[in-house]
Amino acid sequence: MNATTIAIIVGMAVVTYIPRLLPGLLFERYQMPEGFKRWLQNIPYAALGALIFPGIIHTEKPLLGIVGGLTAVVLSLLDLHLVIVMTATIFVAFVASYFL
Amino acid sequence: MQNTTPDKQTTQPLQQFFSGARAGLPVAVGYVPIAIAFGALATRAQLSPREAVLMSALVFAGASQFMAVGMMLSGAGGLQIVIATLFVNLRHLIMSMAVHHTVKEASRPWRALLSFGVTDETFALLTLQNAKNHAHHTHWFAAGLIGAAYTGWVVGTAIGSFGAQMIPPAVSASMTVGLYAMFIALLMPHVRRSWRVAFIAGSSMALNAVLSSFISAGWAIVISTTLGAALGLWVQEADV
Repeated sequence: MNATTIAIIVGMAVVTYIPRLLPGLLFERYQMPEGFKRWLQNIPYAALGALIFPGIIHTEKPLLGIVGGLTAVVLSLLDLHLVIVMTATIFVAFVASYFL
Repeated sequence: MQNTTPDKQTTQPLQQFFSGARAGLPVAVGYVPIAIAFGALATRAQLSPREAVLMSALVFAGASQFMAVGMMLSGAGGLQIVIATLFVNLRHLIMSMAVHHTVKEASRPWRALLSFGVTDETFALLTLQNAKNHAHHTHWFAAGLIGAAYTGWVVGTAIGSFGAQMIPPAVSASMTVGLYAMFIALLMPHVRRSWRVAFIAGSSMALNAVLSSFISAGWAIVISTTLGAALGLWVQEADV
């Protein structure tokens, strides 16, 4: 195993465990400020947005990223399961890679 | 607080543990295919199968693990990945609070152990069941529920990462797009239900598009995430 990768994994483990641990040990009766709470709840949506764009058009072939992205948008609007959306998108991208 | 749950009436710790594991089975089953996908994608970011399994075993937070893989693929450095992970998983602070509220009589070492297992899904199951019964769980029940979910996540990762070697190279080249499909599939159901979420994700995308042309991809993601989430505070009230 690669030392840098192990360091990243351990670092991720530590920063993930601390927020999970604190409420149980320290502030059992502490009330978080409402604004801070809402900010925390917004973070996953913001992170997903930042992860999707512009990364998706910086894949090996930008057009393939766009085709795959649109496929995923349509399929997830159909309320399909996460894994089905993913597999179907990979399949579409695989087929499209022969044409684009 | 005088109510008791069925899992409390069974006095044997082992019985409580297994009734918790049974309650956690839907989450465990739901985790397996997602973990398989994670394991397979992780190998695209040059993680070895053993490293992918180690990440699932130590971090146990799906969204941030997919994010780490995505950031590795975009060439982000370790510090950027760790900081982004911290921000994304800070939400567990709220969830962990609620979970500890439902598991009342746990000692501090027990609380420390159960804290590790707080995910979006175990949180939902532990607190929703609580809301339905107006009662509390024992720590053994919570441990069983979390243990089932954890097993599903780690075993699924092993299947996906070791199995990825059997995926033909032509298909695995298209798998990077699959990672984005995963992010989109996670986001869309929320976007559809709330304009606020659409605004948050949209502003974060725009910020990232601008920032990533000036600074490294990793820092651009970290900054866009924290700012995008803050911008969302403005529209909070308007959206109902």
